Amino acid sequence: MKKLLNLQSRFYSQLIDLSALKQLGILIVVVAITFIISLSIGDSFISPLKVISILSGNGSEFDTLIVQEFRMPRIIVALFAGMGLAVSGAILQGIIRNPLASPDVIGISAGAGGAVVAFLAIFSDTNYSLTVSMEWMPVAAFVGALVTALLVYGLSWTNGVTATRLVMIGVGIAAFMQATSTVLMLAGPIYQASKANIWITGSVNSATWEQVKIIIPVIACLFFLSLLVTRHLNLQQFGDDVATSLGQGVQKTRLALLLLCTALVGSAVAFSGTIGFVGLMAPHIARRLVGSSFGSLIPVSACIGGILVVLADTIGRSMFGSIEVPAGVFTAAIGAPYFIYLLIKMQKR
Amino acid sequence: MIETKQLQLNYGEKVIIEPLDLFLPKGEITILIGSNGCGKSTLLRSIARLLKPKSGSILLNAEDITSLSAKETAKKLSILPQQPLAPEGLTVLQLVKQGRFPYQNWRKQWSSEDQQIVEQAIAATGLTEFKDCEIESLSGGQRQRAWIAMTLAQQTDIILLDEPTTYLDLTHQIEVLDLLSKLNQEENRTIVMVLHDINLACRYATNMIALVNKGIYAQGKPKEIVTVKLIQDVFQLKCEIIEDPIYGTPMCIPYGNRK
Repeated sequence: MKKLLNLQSRFYSQLIDLSALKQLGILIVVVAITFIISLSIGDSFISPLKVISILSGNGSEFDTLIVQEFRMPRIIVALFAGMGLAVSGAILQGIIRNPLASPDVIGISAGAGGAVVAFLAIFSDTNYSLTVSMEWMPVAAFVGALVTALLVYGLSWTNGVTATRLVMIGVGIAAFMQATSTVLMLAGPIYQASKANIWITGSVNSATWEQVKIIIPVIACLFFLSLLVTRHLNLQQFGDDVATSLGQGVQKTRLALLLLCTALVGSAVAFSGTIGFVGLMAPHIARRLVGSSFGSLIPVSACIGGILVVLADTIGRSMFGSIEVPAGVFTAAIGAPYFIYLLIKMQKR
Repeated sequence: MIETKQLQLNYGEKVIIEPLDLFLPKGEITILIGSNGCGKSTLLRSIARLLKPKSGSILLNAEDITSLSAKETAKKLSILPQQPLAPEGLTVLQLVKQGRFPYQNWRKQWSSEDQQIVEQAIAATGLTEFKDCEIESLSGGQRQRAWIAMTLAQQTDIILLDEPTTYLDLTHQIEVLDLLSKLNQEENRTIVMVLHDINLACRYATNMIALVNKGIYAQGKPKEIVTVKLIQDVFQLKCEIIEDPIYGTPMCIPYGNRK
C-alpha cells in the first residue's frame, strides 16, 4: 500500500507519494556525500572532513585553493549537466513512451556536438586560433540542439507527430550529424580535431566559475519548469487517444515538452560536451526506485544523473595517473551495456 | 447530445463515411453495429475528436466541437479507446486519478473534490479493494473496469466506448455492459459504443445504429430495426431472428455451412 500525503492549501494542492519523497531525501544525501568525496579526491587527497571545514571557510589557504578553484567548478558543472541530461531523458521517454528513448538516440546531443565542431572549424584563422571568444561555444551547442530538435520534429510531422516517427527520423538525423562532425574534424587542423573530439566525448575538465554561474540558474529554472509540467507528462504516457480524451492539446504539449527537453540538453551539453547515456540510464534507474509518475520521477532522475556524471568525472581524473579520461568515456562504458541489457529485457517481454 | 452535419471521414484519399447527418439522443445507450471496416470505430473516434473530419461538423450540445477548448470538451465528453495502454507499474488509483485532468491546473493539482470523485468512481466500478494494485496484475474485466472508472472520474455526461468488451470472456463482457447500463439508468449518462456482438448489442442498446456502405442503414430500437433482412444487408449473413428468452430482445441465430 502506497502512503500518500494529501497536501491542501489555498495556493497549492497536490497528492504526494511519501515513499518517493523518502527515496528522494536519501538521494539528496547521497548527492551531498558524492559531492564532498569528489572534492577530496585528486592529485592530492584532502580528507572529506577537511573539505567540509574548507566549505565552511576554515581551511588552509593551499587546500582552499585546490578545492574551490580547481575542483569545485568542474564538479558543480558535472552535477548540473548530469541533472539536465537526466531530466531531459525522462521528459523524452515520457513523450516517446519508450524507455530506450534519450536525447542521444534522437540526435539532439549529436546536433549540439556537430554545431560545436562546426563552430571550431568556422571561427579559426590560419594559425589555428579562434577568431571569436570561446564563450560563444555553449551558444553554438544550444543552437545546434535546437535546430536539430526542430528538424527532427518538422520531418516527423504529418498530421501531428507520432512517437515512432520521431525516433526513426531522430536516429537518421543523429547519424547524419555525427557524420558531419567527423568530416569537419578530418578537414580541420589536428589541434582542433583533438579538442573537438574530447568535447564530443563529454568532459568537464575546462569548467570555470563563470560557467558555474550560468549553468546553475539555467538548469535550476528548467528543472522547476519541468516539475510544473509533470501532470502533462503523466498524460502523454497514455498515448494520443487517452490524452486527447482527457482534454490535453496533445500536439502543442508535445512540442512544448520537446523544446523544454532541448533546452535542458543544450544547456548541459554546452558546458560538458555530449556526455552519453546519462539521459537513458538515470530515468530508467529512477523508474525502478519510484515508479513512472513524473512528479517523483523528475527529481529522482535529476539526482541520479548528477551522481552518475560526478562519479564518472571523479574516476576519470583520478584513477589513471597523469592521463585524464573524459567523463563521457565512463558513462558510455556503463551506458552501452545498460542499453543492450534494456533491449534484451524488452524483447523478452 | 451530439449531432453531426454532413460529416465526411477519410483515411487519406479513401472515403470511410460519406457526408452524414447523425443524431445521438441524450440519456440513451446508443450502440453502433456493422461489419469489419464499415467505419463505425472511425465515426466514434471522430466524434470524440481523435480523428479530424474531412468536411462537415460535429455539434456538442448545439455548439461546434472545434470552437470549444480541449479542456471544456473533456468535461462534457469522454472516450475510452480500444485497448488503451497504461504505463508500466501504474496502480488503479493512479490511473483513475488521470480522469480529473481537465479540472486541474498547475496550482490545483489535487483538490479534496478530486479525492472524493476518484474514490466514488473506484467504488462504483467495484475496485475499492484493488485500489493499490498495479493495472497489469488485474484480470481483463477488472482492467476494463479501471479504465471505465477513469472516464467516470472525468464526470462527463457523454461517454463513448470503442469496443469495450473486446478480448474479454463472456462473463466479463456481461460485467462491463451491466456496469455501463447501470450508469445509464442511475446517473442518466449518455453512452455511445461500438460493439461486435450483435446479440449483446440488442440486449443493451436503447438506440441502435447499423452502418453499411459508408452510411447509416437503419437507426432505432433493436426490436424495431433488427430483422433477417438487416443482418443480410449489413453483415452479408443468412440468419434467423428469435426472441431472447431472458430479455425479449431480438436474437440472431446465424446459418453456416454445416446446415
